[in-house]
Amino acid sequence: MIKLINNDNFYSITFFLVLFLIIYLVNSFVGSTIFERIVTILFVYIILAVGLQIFMGNSGILFFAYIGFMSIGAYSSGLLSMPVKMKGFVLPDLYPFLQTISIDPIIAIIIGGLFTAIIAAILTLPLMRLKDAAAVITSFALLMVIHSIIVGWSAVTNGPRTFFGIPKVTTLELAMIFSFVAIIIGFIFKNSHLGLLLRATRDNDIAADSIGANTVYLRWVAVIISAFLAGIAGGLWGHFIISFSPKSFYLKETFLIISMIVIGGSYTVTGSIFGAILVYVGHEGLRWVEKVMKFSDYITFELVGLTEVVLAIIMIIFLITKPKGLFAFREIGDTIKKKIIKISRT
Amino acid sequence: MILQFIFDVLSLGSLYALFALGLVLIFGILKLVNFAYGELVLVFGYSMFLLGDTPVPWFFMTLIAILMSVLISISTDYIAFRPVREKSITAVLITSFAFATILQNAALLLISPRPKNVPMPSFFSDSIQFLGIITPVRNIISIIVTFICLFIFYQFMKRSYIGLAMRAAATNFNMTRMLGIPANLVITSAFAISGLLAGIGATLWMSKLANVFPGIGLEPLLIAFIATVIGGMRSVQGAVFGGFILAFIDIGFNYLLPQDILKFRDAFTFTFVILILLIRPQGLIGGPATGIRT
Repeated sequence: MIKLINNDNFYSITFFLVLFLIIYLVNSFVGSTIFERIVTILFVYIILAVGLQIFMGNSGILFFAYIGFMSIGAYSSGLLSMPVKMKGFVLPDLYPFLQTISIDPIIAIIIGGLFTAIIAAILTLPLMRLKDAAAVITSFALLMVIHSIIVGWSAVTNGPRTFFGIPKVTTLELAMIFSFVAIIIGFIFKNSHLGLLLRATRDNDIAADSIGANTVYLRWVAVIISAFLAGIAGGLWGHFIISFSPKSFYLKETFLIISMIVIGGSYTVTGSIFGAILVYVGHEGLRWVEKVMKFSDYITFELVGLTEVVLAIIMIIFLITKPKGLFAFREIGDTIKKKIIKISRT
Repeated sequence: MILQFIFDVLSLGSLYALFALGLVLIFGILKLVNFAYGELVLVFGYSMFLLGDTPVPWFFMTLIAILMSVLISISTDYIAFRPVREKSITAVLITSFAFATILQNAALLLISPRPKNVPMPSFFSDSIQFLGIITPVRNIISIIVTFICLFIFYQFMKRSYIGLAMRAAATNFNMTRMLGIPANLVITSAFAISGLLAGIGATLWMSKLANVFPGIGLEPLLIAFIATVIGGMRSVQGAVFGGFILAFIDIGFNYLLPQDILKFRDAFTFTFVILILLIRPQGLIGGPATGIRT
């Protein structure tokens, strides 16, 4: 027990457990479906942000392909859980061996995550030795490749058209549990031996090499965990939204998720979680403003795009004034721990 | 058939080369991809659209629109690059991405999500025939314009003070600064020239599309991006060469591949990009040895 309390992760994880329970209680108190919808998607975004933080935060490499992995998770889990009857209707050209499969959606989501992790393991292994501009460009190219395959592979993904017929199983509770597990994975990885070495390669790759850190292997492990969480998040998202198209996993979404990490602070798990919360709530708030103004009498034209403009401006301001984000280095648990020690001393 | 193919590659490739040249100029000096580069085409297109109702003659309209993309290119430097240049690569990439988002959504917000017409003289799409080739006039114009631009650009880089400074900065930026060349002057002029090239490229691009919409910037950006990587990110010649290679690949695919594989063309091209970066990171045509950010 004492070992547990002294653990670096204990305070942070407890803090977020409490935070999640508060959000949950507030939701059941409010009892509105719109609020529940927003909170559910928020939990999915927390999984996404934490997953991206595991690779991008610890390795310091900007990772564009991330949303592509989310799409793999969404499509593969959707394919597995879709009822057989729907398959004939939505995807008439589907391969026979997939035509008859229909498994429990929650298992499908987990398999979708594992499948995404395997794909990521194969695709990214050769890319992990690249750094700087080359690393960024290849991950951007990878996003394009995944997007192009999903758009083109009509037999499995229904091409550029909407992919629908997935059962709706993602509830607030389910998203919350997965999100909590994601946070635990994020903290454990960050404070693990591997995480520490990976951060060493981020700060100075030559020095890290000299103490025996295998950069390629470390990054590879991180990217696989990242992709796993992206796949899970994709599956949860797909089983909540029910119908989506390849457009849902492209540059706009990439920008959204990266802005979460950057505004919150990519070096800390806390930062990525708060970034997700702030950006997503801000995003929904601005969307709401767009809608209200659309139906008001004062303005006659539509206000599409306002959200993105404001978000982008905030992001530029953040990068100029606070380049490391809100939570630059210290996790929330460390701050709480210090406070507790201070109080117990006096 | 073969002549037609060669001509198609030349005309498309010259356009691609022009776009790639503008991107590689920034990359050479800062070792950073300017994600807002494609939006210069958007700026050009919407400037043309807004001027379309005025009695300004087409030629001056184009000049003003090109000037606009030069101005926006310079402001990319001031807004997205300069404040965070010293901090980290990630920061600059994200700010340029953010700047692109702002421009795109500003067009969406202030003008319209629907495509808008861009005025183009009608003789551009008249087709003519020679040596058994049938082609619209705009393709011939685009070859001529590109070669003139390349020639002027080459002379500029070779003979002028700023050209020399930019070449030096692309080789070793820190050393250039130590020798008393103001960094901001070099970078700003690189952005200005990049905007100019993008503007001219946009004129040729628009002559084909004849309309403009908020997402128009993506394709030119990707073209410039792929061409640059294929040809070599460190040299100007490499980018031009990459443009022609990309056009060769694109048109070759169009001629050879059946329709249901053609859908995956982007996947093939981008896989090619990844392979080049893995196997030959300096591109097909090399360049100065330093690819490191100085």
